[in-house]
Amino acid sequence: MKRILSLKELAERTVGLASGHRACAGCSFPSIIRMVLGSSDYPVVVSNATGCLEVVSTIYPYSAWPCSWIHVAFENAAAVISGVEAAYKALKRRGEIKEDKKIVFIAIGGDGGTYDIGLQALSGALERGHNFLYVLYDNQAYMNTGIQRSSATPFGASTTTSPAGKSSFGKIQDRKEIIEIVAAHKIPYVAQASISHWGDLIRKLRKAYEIEGPKFISIIAPCVIGWGYKEDETVEIARLAVETCFWPLYEIEEGVYRVNYKPKEKLPVKTFLLKQERFSHLIGRDDLIEEIQKKVDEKWEKLLRLDGLKVF
Amino acid sequence: MKVETRKFVAKTGNEAAAFAMKQINPDVVAAYPITPSSEIVMIFSKYVADGEVDTEFIPVESEHSAISVCIGASASGARVITATSSQGLALMHEILYIASSMRLPIVMIVGNRALSGPLNIHCDHSDTMGSRDCGWIQMYCENANEVYHTIINAVRISEEANLPCMVMMDGFIVTHGMEKVFVLEDEEVKSFIGKRKPLYSLLDVEKPITLGSLTLFDYYLEYKRNQLEGVIKAKKIINDVFEEYRARFGINVPSFVEEYNIEDAEIVVVVMSSAAGTFKEVVDELRNKGEKVGVLRLKVMRPFPYEILREKLTNVKVVGVMDRAETFSTMGGPLSIELRAALYPLSKRPLVQSFVFGLGGREFGIEDAMKVFDILKDIGMKNKITEEYIYIGLRE
Ligand SMILES: Cc1ncc(C[n+]2csc(CCOP(=O)(O)OP(=O)(O)O)c2C)c(N)n1
Repeated sequence: MKRILSLKELAERTVGLASGHRACAGCSFPSIIRMVLGSSDYPVVVSNATGCLEVVSTIYPYSAWPCSWIHVAFENAAAVISGVEAAYKALKRRGEIKEDKKIVFIAIGGDGGTYDIGLQALSGALERGHNFLYVLYDNQAYMNTGIQRSSATPFGASTTTSPAGKSSFGKIQDRKEIIEIVAAHKIPYVAQASISHWGDLIRKLRKAYEIEGPKFISIIAPCVIGWGYKEDETVEIARLAVETCFWPLYEIEEGVYRVNYKPKEKLPVKTFLLKQERFSHLIGRDDLIEEIQKKVDEKWEKLLRLDGLKVF
Repeated sequence: MKVETRKFVAKTGNEAAAFAMKQINPDVVAAYPITPSSEIVMIFSKYVADGEVDTEFIPVESEHSAISVCIGASASGARVITATSSQGLALMHEILYIASSMRLPIVMIVGNRALSGPLNIHCDHSDTMGSRDCGWIQMYCENANEVYHTIINAVRISEEANLPCMVMMDGFIVTHGMEKVFVLEDEEVKSFIGKRKPLYSLLDVEKPITLGSLTLFDYYLEYKRNQLEGVIKAKKIINDVFEEYRARFGINVPSFVEEYNIEDAEIVVVVMSSAAGTFKEVVDELRNKGEKVGVLRLKVMRPFPYEILREKLTNVKVVGVMDRAETFSTMGGPLSIELRAALYPLSKRPLVQSFVFGLGGREFGIEDAMKVFDILKDIGMKNKITEEYIYIGLRE
């Protein structure tokens, strides 16, 4: 078991996106990437799906990435990393790469490139059992093309293709349960995490880097523009998501569910929702807020029931 | 060794392709089954299962992922091969451009098959003609023997040119037709292809690279011009690699074109792939009657060898161009359009009649080829083209 890094240690590891990348002020993924890269004791190769992250970090002739990095298209990050990992295995077998040279393979995608268009490639790569970590930064809409709904967009959120209006309250469907879909592939490790609870996130990443086979970590990625809040509130919003149990921190290791964090006092989901523009139309719609609360409670109770249970 | 004294085996096109892959023993193969090329990876899977190769074989969940895996692997310095046909190639379309713009060597074997719709599993060239502008090298083979040798050459060409390369054969006609294939010894293949020496690799983690970055109007144009430069350079590489191959192994596989009785020919048919055989047969018959006819088989569609075509066709009176694909341009198939464009700058140029034939596997026989020559002779006599393009073998 690898030791959790202290925040100081993590900060001292210089890896992360180089300054000068063009992410919006207050964007959450520079922190996510810093933790993902900084947590690894091994060299990393990243395959990145098309989306905000790719677009702001590699505008030719610059690159903010300190590691080997490839972007091919929107829907195939998992397939591309499968190829990288396959090459690594083949070249190692043929003595072109030293036997003791461990490299960590990471595919990174947003919710669109993971839940939606990239689901097929992700599923294929998980089923084939490649040794890689898939990192999902879940900002719950297609932010790069202008905040269109995705299947990760929560019920009731207003987006540019599920706008709230006179006869609409925003998205009418629930979020897809990506964690459950991924877990159903019976891979060794699946987790949900948040930058607000960095110790938990780093522990999960470091655990993932030691496990053979496919791993999946979904990290909530608050988006200043898409969610509508002030630039300095990103971590706070992520924290509220966790404290309200809208975004429970949990993991499924070898089929065993474990809730990693139980808020001392579970805050009402309203405190998370009403800090954001995308839910502002719900003010005065207590019926809908209640419905969202009910969904959150049901999910949370289900998780508590599953905690400690081996499900596959 | 002269070709006559070489060992030969009876193999279908698919078997020949799989056998070449076995001798190449690529680092990574990723593929998804589709008729008529499925057999290539089926046979190869057995080689893997029997330990005859030590390739990392990835049976992916779609062609889109097959080509994506190939890109990841090639960018990691691996030698990579895949195979597909028709819908599979169409599903790869988005990613084909990315493979070539990243200048990644990948060899793809294609059993040519018609595209849906309507659904059809038989041969025509609409699949690969649809991807001829993706920046890949494209080589169309006439028979199983040529498929085998071309794949081996393609490995070298692709890696030296830093460009992905497709090797084509006609679906069923060649993929499933049993033929005589002159094979090299394993050692000969090994020494000819050597080891891949990548310029960069994602796995060279001490020297990290960023591959596939966002490139906007300030660099995209230069990027594409550079890519074109690579394709232009590939012409010499294609020529040199085949020349070396012929010299070393005594096997006469053409690089860009195959000429058949065209030195003094007044009428020449330009054709690709297996139909060339039918035309050669008819040319023999007509030559016996003293007619000055010939066949020019085009092997490489990309990069388009317009210089050679200009040189070979300038003194011909009538040229017939055979396309096994429809483009809906309403002025003929892709080869005829490019050939006319290639010949246009010549002050003295032949009459060019365009034909479309064999779509969706429609039989193309001796009588059809004879009919093509009849039409061309008539054009020669009248000194005039009257129809933009003619469908051959059409049931009216
Ligand atoms: C893009 C694409 N790739 C491959 C094929 C070839 N293909 C046709 S049917 C088929 C397999 C179908 O399998 P399944 O869905 O299990 O149905 P089954 O035939 O077993 O009833 C394949 C690979 C195709 N038509 N299109």
